[in-house]
Amino acid sequence: MSNVIGYYTTQFGELWEKSLFDLVEEAIFGVLKQTKLENKQIDAVFFGNMLAGVLENNLHSPSKIAEILKINVPIYRAEAACASGGAAFNLAKNYLDANSKKNVLVIGAEKMTDYSPEETIMGLSSAASGEEQEAGLTFPGLYAMMANFYLQKYGYTEKNLAYVSVKNHFHGSLNDKAQYRRKITLENVLNSAYVAYPLKVLDSSPISDGASAVILTNDQETINKQKFSTTILASEVITDTISLKERKQIDEILATKNAADKAFKNAKISRSDIGIAEVHDCFSIAEILAMEDLGFWKKGEGGKKITEQSTMFGNGGDLIVNTSGGLKAAGHPVGATGIKQIGEIFLQLTGQAENRQVENIKYGLAQNVGGSGGTAVVTILAV
Amino acid sequence: MVGIVSYGFYVPKYRIKTEEIAVIWGKNPDDIKRSLMVKEKAVAGIDEDSLTMAFESASAALSSVSVDRNKIKVVLFGSETHPYAVNPASTILAEFLGIERNYLAYDTEFACKAATGAMISAQALIKSGYSDYALITGSDKGMGKAHDALEYTAASASVSLLLGKDNLILEILDFESFSSDTPDFWRREGIRYPSHGGRFTGKPSYFNHIEESSKSLFKKTGLSPKDFAFAVFHMPNGKFPVQVARSLGFSPDQIKDSLVVDYLGNSYTASALMGLMPVLEKAKAGDLIFLCSYGSGAGSDSFVLKVTKNLEKNRNEFMKIVKDKKYINYPTYLKFMEMI
Repeated sequence: MSNVIGYYTTQFGELWEKSLFDLVEEAIFGVLKQTKLENKQIDAVFFGNMLAGVLENNLHSPSKIAEILKINVPIYRAEAACASGGAAFNLAKNYLDANSKKNVLVIGAEKMTDYSPEETIMGLSSAASGEEQEAGLTFPGLYAMMANFYLQKYGYTEKNLAYVSVKNHFHGSLNDKAQYRRKITLENVLNSAYVAYPLKVLDSSPISDGASAVILTNDQETINKQKFSTTILASEVITDTISLKERKQIDEILATKNAADKAFKNAKISRSDIGIAEVHDCFSIAEILAMEDLGFWKKGEGGKKITEQSTMFGNGGDLIVNTSGGLKAAGHPVGATGIKQIGEIFLQLTGQAENRQVENIKYGLAQNVGGSGGTAVVTILAV
Repeated sequence: MVGIVSYGFYVPKYRIKTEEIAVIWGKNPDDIKRSLMVKEKAVAGIDEDSLTMAFESASAALSSVSVDRNKIKVVLFGSETHPYAVNPASTILAEFLGIERNYLAYDTEFACKAATGAMISAQALIKSGYSDYALITGSDKGMGKAHDALEYTAASASVSLLLGKDNLILEILDFESFSSDTPDFWRREGIRYPSHGGRFTGKPSYFNHIEESSKSLFKKTGLSPKDFAFAVFHMPNGKFPVQVARSLGFSPDQIKDSLVVDYLGNSYTASALMGLMPVLEKAKAGDLIFLCSYGSGAGSDSFVLKVTKNLEKNRNEFMKIVKDKKYINYPTYLKFMEMI
């Protein structure tokens, strides 16, 4: 069985004074320090990143990481749009399944704010199909179509969506690594400017810089020396059509449903065992769909359930969601997001989440999505 | 003591409202107004440019005092929209003002702080004994690309100051400058419209440079925000000056008179100096005024100015003049800015 034994994340935000590899370096040495491991104890590295090739003409990042880490081991870059971090984690776990007594470093990082919004949006749009790009559909547009369909089908309004952002900003206010640490109200969300109807600025995750890293191991001796450790019960990647128009349903993400079914089957636990989850709220609608697709809420009830705020920290619910602040408030440095999600679950399960610590939890889940649902990664950890 | 002997300003008559631009691009006008805190902006006519507006403001500055123009041996013209890339606007301005030819002239460029930088050079040339007077002008027909956030704010206007040693209305008690290589806003050779780094123009740029130059001047002079009757900051939009004033410890009352950006827009090189105009309509002898410019690229000049009893007799009307305006629609705006 493989374990996560350490986590480090940089601040998320507009980090203009730091380059992509400044952030990667901080995350690498941060997590090595946490785990008291030396660089030469790392047997392989997996790097989740989406945009370095598009934005800074850098596609040989593994070699750059070798230069930073000063080791000569296999290093791979994983790319699956916004699920790049989750995909890198999945490959690392598979590497451990195939190799005994190894320590693996997984880093997710993205540098997005040094470029004009046009350049960054163009880069992000590479996660959509060619036809969608030609039609001028950006990701806010794609998720807005999903949101419109969902709201009309089940009779909900923009106010139902707004509860997601209110909750996640509250959680962000408790996370000192979050990009946004201010609490917001329903009125703030509803009065913010439209990006793509019905989604507004405060329904949308931001453009961010950041890097996060975890260390995985299946070496019992290494695990024994660690103060904190969580077991990886499941890590599942499922892909689906890249085009929204090719999906049978646009108010669900099939890849999430299938990945979750497989993950729960492999983990041999039920949905009700999960006490903490990080889900991919790139837009407010995405968290509601995720909660339904993961099987936590019944299809069509998410719009109502979110208004009860049972998934908000401090409300006494059985399942607390996005204590990091989610993508909305913690920020969304694309490649880093999937690792930050798993890192947050690690912190919560090992009692290191400080002022946002959820009590009495044994199992946690992270759901990371690429594009409009073309890739989904579901990870389950246990303590 | 060196200071300001007289001043003049020019604001073109035309205005375009924020909503007129916003609806063209499918934006909610209230969102834009709330985010930029700009209701309308001044637009130069099709036959106006930075030079014609400079002539208007400089003529106004010289008309209010009796000064031998031959004693003005320094003419400095700050702008980021000089009519020529090569060929000084300062000499054309001096020629049209009837200043005799034994003078030093140059055009200055430092984004929106080209004129306050010129002011520092000019006061030094007076102090050195080179000249009795110096004329400095900040003037811009501010350009913003269509559909850029700048389109709501980039405005046209000019302010001129005559600096000298005697009969001052404002004494320049002290100044400070802070600069660094911070590329937040630029326009390359041969390119018509400026580019900018979006949110990068805020914290590491506008706020950092203004705060550093201001704090440095407070330390140098031993003064603090409470000592000033008024404060004036460069105004790229309505929010930034309010935020920076608050962070430095100025009260809303100290800056409210200077916030011309709300109804005139950001006239680039003339912006901070234009904020001084309504303040001078109100200020009393003995008042201290804190003036702080910002130029992208980046730098900030801050000044401590002291009002003398001479202001009363050389005061210019401001609010009445800027209220004389004519609204134009978006196509007319494009025509006046020579965008179509």
